Amino acid sequence: MSNAFLQISNAEKVSREAIPHLSFDEFRSQALGLVTDGGKIVHYFAYPDKDRLKLLAVLRTDKLFVAGCDVPDPYPSFTRICEPFHLFEREMAEQYGIRPHGHPWLKMVRYHPSYAEGAADVFGNDYSQDIPGNYKYYQVEGEEIHEVAVGPVHAGVIEPGHFRFNCIGERVLHLEIQLGYQHRGIEKQLLEVPAKRLSILGENIAGDTTIGHSLCMAQNLEALTGVQPDQGARVIRTIALELERLANHIGDLGALSGDVAFLPPANYFGRIRGDFLNLSLLICGNRFGKGLVRPGGVRFSLSDDIRTVFNERLAALRPEVTHVLALLFNAVTVRARFDGCGAVSHEDADHLGLVGPAGRASGMAYDVRRCFPTEHYPHLDIPENKKATGDVYARARVRYDEILQSLQIVESLAATPVETRCVTEGMAYDLPASSFSVALNEAWRGEVSHAVLTDEKGKILRYKIKDPSFHNWNGLAMALRDTEISDFPLNNKSFNLSYCGFDL
Amino acid sequence: MIQSILLWLAAILAAPFFSGLILKIKAFFGGKKGPPILINYYTLIKLFKKGSVYSNSTTIVFKLGPVISLAASITVLMFLPIAGFNPVFSFNGDVIFVLYVLGLGRFFTIAAAMDTASPFEGMGAAREAYFPIICEAAMFMILIFFYRITGELQLSAYFTGSNTLNMWSLAGAPLLFIVISFFIILLTENSRVPVDDPATHLELTMIHEVMVLDHSGPDFALIELGSFCKLMFYSTIISRMILPFESAIFGFPIVMYLAGLLAVYVAVGVTESVTARYRMDKVPQFVLTSFALAFFATIITLEFVK
Repeated sequence: MSNAFLQISNAEKVSREAIPHLSFDEFRSQALGLVTDGGKIVHYFAYPDKDRLKLLAVLRTDKLFVAGCDVPDPYPSFTRICEPFHLFEREMAEQYGIRPHGHPWLKMVRYHPSYAEGAADVFGNDYSQDIPGNYKYYQVEGEEIHEVAVGPVHAGVIEPGHFRFNCIGERVLHLEIQLGYQHRGIEKQLLEVPAKRLSILGENIAGDTTIGHSLCMAQNLEALTGVQPDQGARVIRTIALELERLANHIGDLGALSGDVAFLPPANYFGRIRGDFLNLSLLICGNRFGKGLVRPGGVRFSLSDDIRTVFNERLAALRPEVTHVLALLFNAVTVRARFDGCGAVSHEDADHLGLVGPAGRASGMAYDVRRCFPTEHYPHLDIPENKKATGDVYARARVRYDEILQSLQIVESLAATPVETRCVTEGMAYDLPASSFSVALNEAWRGEVSHAVLTDEKGKILRYKIKDPSFHNWNGLAMALRDTEISDFPLNNKSFNLSYCGFDL
Repeated sequence: MIQSILLWLAAILAAPFFSGLILKIKAFFGGKKGPPILINYYTLIKLFKKGSVYSNSTTIVFKLGPVISLAASITVLMFLPIAGFNPVFSFNGDVIFVLYVLGLGRFFTIAAAMDTASPFEGMGAAREAYFPIICEAAMFMILIFFYRITGELQLSAYFTGSNTLNMWSLAGAPLLFIVISFFIILLTENSRVPVDDPATHLELTMIHEVMVLDHSGPDFALIELGSFCKLMFYSTIISRMILPFESAIFGFPIVMYLAGLLAVYVAVGVTESVTARYRMDKVPQFVLTSFALAFFATIITLEFVK
């Protein structure tokens, strides 16, 4: 089949005229063809253009493809033929009131009024009511069935989300996850703020993925304006992204350990996570790397003085990390809990399009650092790191491997002097008219991606954000099928997904 | 008699201290300083100063739960020979009475949990009702063992004076099984790792803790004190079994008793530090181990003790 989609590169400026504008039927058959042949959806969203609604899809195989079309009326759902579209179509219905006809599970995603003013709400919701409004949760009936509702307020200091379990005894038949409690309307807000605030909003999309999101935003703006960061800045950004991965993976393994009541690694990793956050602090003055990445480069250089301290601390941390990893992974009682718990088969992971460590645990080798490398990654050798079992153990083991890999990457990058010219906060730039760019990065949870469209005046027309959690929340629901309800916290921790990254 | 009552009071008062010891040991293994050793007293005082909040859906049963569970725990301590001294009360067949007073306490905790109509508490209640059934079987097997050896159905016949030492000389090897079996029962009945995790905040995984989520203030203090006393009850028995030595030296039994208690609580703390919790569906297998041990011990005595 000929491919009518345009092949593009990661973080590359594309003129909007160059993006194929297909007829809906062709768009549909091409997109379905690509995805059923093993392609994955990076973006699929609607945007308004001169009083008309248009669709744009960014798909990936081993390359990136883009194409668009007008929204037909009525719009027949893709999901009926190809499940990976389901959440994207629900999102479109919510954001722009496009009702996908024949969608098997048309439910709101984040519970907010349509972006298009005055459009009828697809879900018939009154948004002054609490979530979930006009929606009845999926129910299982039977004498021994019981329903457990958890959240949105949880027992720990975590983000809000509602979990609805349908159980038979201790066994979970079905888990339904309702999010949206943290919806802030970032995509809409980004269109209205002055250009210099973009980066600040961008890095606050999900606090624990600050670098991942701010990199996507910076790369898009750089691609559009043509301002390129120097080599030193790329190295510092790479170090920052790997430090973020290290801190979060280590924190996750500690939390997994705590959830099975194996306290020593939980305590040690809790502390070591802080040590890695403090390395980010050392570079840029913020533990989460806020204020570091800006379009055109980085705001803080890595001077030789700082680099010396940095390397000393890294050298001290390495033996501690390897020791505690051994403590956790050599404990048989821990292994007994992790093994076979909450397995997601490769087939399910493929249908859901899982990304990141959760995807790699289920045999999806995709890693943006290897497939669509940016920054310094083209010069690094990122090994394929997939597991077969898809259970909690696999998800922990992927993190184990990645911790050691990231540690090695950071050590080698920080070993040689890094020179860069720092950029300042309030950099002024003009975006080109009628352009498009999409940036992908492998943050610690997986593929983070931002897509930007500008109008004829060079104003941002649509800014689409996708956190890896958007793909992976359904993976968690899938992992819980036929798993004991008491293992939910463990599974939840093994995915450790973002609520605010999803809610936007 | 006065002496027995004093010992009984001392055991109740010391119970929170020993539970605090477990926290210290876990903190040591975790590389932390841990809470102060008297933390449980501070918590109890804090809780007693607070008010209680009751849900509209609860009834008198909910308020009875904490009172009866504490009453049950301190009542059984009255029947227990502490440090080999005579208990406050004792009569023939008191063992069975004691077991069912503990059962009564559990029944009311479960009833109070069910009374809240919360799905979490219902789940916890189901688990709390399930695991102790196996414990009860093991307890009765242990009872049969003791009866085989001593021919008595009275706690004082097993644990006062030189009785325990005599049991060791009669059936030492099987008694070792009984000690281990009893330790497993202790871990299960008192919601310790690897059966339950007393430190978790995750409702879905809890057993005991989840049942008392809705209790607050003084009610919760009663429950806490009750669980400290319950752990004290089981620990006292094991302490007596592992250090049954008697001597005329003043205070010797007390020192032995305290040393035994220390050993039991340290063992609990170490167990919690070096093992992860078992998966919920594997817990019955673990608890059944205690039954199997007690069963074999009893079988062995059928030959030995004629």
